[in-house]
Amino acid sequence: MIKDIRTFSDLLEICTNENKTICEVFELQEANFQEISVEQVRLRVKKALDAMKNAIEIGLTSKEKSISGQCGDDCVRLKERYSKKHAIFGECFEKITTYALATSEENLRMGKIVACPTAGSCGIVPSVIIGISEEYKFDENTQIDALITAGAVATIVSYKMSLAGAVGGCQAECGVASAMAAAAVTQMFGGSVKQILNAVALCLKNILGLTCDPVAGLVEIPCVKRNPFLAINSITAFEFAISDIESKIPTDEVVDAMAQIGELMSPTLKESSQAGLAKTKTAVEIDKKLKDKYKGKI
Amino acid sequence: MKQSSLFNAIYPIMIGPSSSHTAGAVRLGLLARNIFGNNIKNITFKLYNSYAQTGFGHGTDKGLLAGILGLKVDDIRIKNIFNLPEAKNLNYKFEYLEDFNRHPNSVDFIMESDDERMYIVGNSIGAGNVRIIKINDFSVKISGEYNTLVINYKDVAGMISKVTGLIQLQNINIASLICDRNAKGEEASMCICLDKDIDLDIVEKIKLIPDVYFVKNVKKLES
Repeated sequence: MIKDIRTFSDLLEICTNENKTICEVFELQEANFQEISVEQVRLRVKKALDAMKNAIEIGLTSKEKSISGQCGDDCVRLKERYSKKHAIFGECFEKITTYALATSEENLRMGKIVACPTAGSCGIVPSVIIGISEEYKFDENTQIDALITAGAVATIVSYKMSLAGAVGGCQAECGVASAMAAAAVTQMFGGSVKQILNAVALCLKNILGLTCDPVAGLVEIPCVKRNPFLAINSITAFEFAISDIESKIPTDEVVDAMAQIGELMSPTLKESSQAGLAKTKTAVEIDKKLKDKYKGKI
Repeated sequence: MKQSSLFNAIYPIMIGPSSSHTAGAVRLGLLARNIFGNNIKNITFKLYNSYAQTGFGHGTDKGLLAGILGLKVDDIRIKNIFNLPEAKNLNYKFEYLEDFNRHPNSVDFIMESDDERMYIVGNSIGAGNVRIIKINDFSVKISGEYNTLVINYKDVAGMISKVTGLIQLQNINIASLICDRNAKGEEASMCICLDKDIDLDIVEKIKLIPDVYFVKNVKKLES
């Protein structure tokens, strides 16, 4: 059995030599790894895709707040506004932003979501794959291909850095999710492997240094709204990459930089809520209010 | 570094909001249940550090209890677990502590049935991955990724050979083996990760080896 693929340059080489897409290479690798058929791999990916669609559907109409009461009703607000006046970037933008928000809000109200790669970043990949597929009529197989491509990106990154905010900051969560989405959309529009890798690099270069400093230590502020923002980031990366604009720094080196920045980032900015946004005057007030509220319960 | 599955990146399907604080909590609860058995009467959960400080907002308490009751990470009943009949039949309590010698996301399970009491320590190490690191006084390493045999025995020569010899009868590959002991000749423990499901009659044979105190066949978690 061939060695598993751990760098983007190896991925490019294998895809080029075997004349295969990233999806084809990775679904086969996964089938070998799990000792199952490629069809079974795809079926499992379809299950995740279906769960993503389900989360969007429920999340789009719910106004239920999270346990903390801080978040949960913004998607409905965004939808209402779009129903009166369209987004200036059109309906595809509307779908991506509402779907990302719907999924993230469903997550914080303890609904069922798909960690992609993490729960805090669960809205980004689904909103892009599903929103764009609805607009451009991509079929289910194309969506499964896209999700496998997205998974391949996160898998390769994960060999260099842990995909956890506590280790790499939000770069490793929403940042990587954004790069996954960029790869997915480039795959759906028939981009080459090289274009996909450029989309990943361009996307990541624009989230380097992203901290994880959530208010009151909860997956709420700024995580929920960050999902739609970084979903749109992936579209910018796609538009550039599909136009054959190259990242001057190769994808693997960008990932190396991200891993290094993650290591250098102060622990106070990595999911510990000891600095940054989490220690602003208002955040401290929110934190205190929540602690008082829970006192009776814990 | 170990090979990673595609499904670490686009899974699990889970109840939110946090892979470490919610899904990880469910998985720790499930492992504790797999180790102790499903006859728990009383249980105390001791949550430490970040689990204690942000656990309420993340539903960590709900996740831990759900796991102990055998619910999977994607079970929509987790959200209202306290109202579930199964929860009402269990005598449980939560304690919230700080101990910076411990992992940031750490929990103790103190479990009792009619005839057994057990103390288990678990950590949620990120991205929904978990480790049980202690059973009673013994260091163990159980991740839920493998079927794991946990054996508690008197520290005597030849024990590893006897146990692995029995496993070999079924031709199962051993992925890893970790041993620990209190002191020479006293109680010791062994954690054996297996690549396949072991037959129950082999587990029974291991139980019959002289100086073996207990054997737990801890099932791996479904991802």
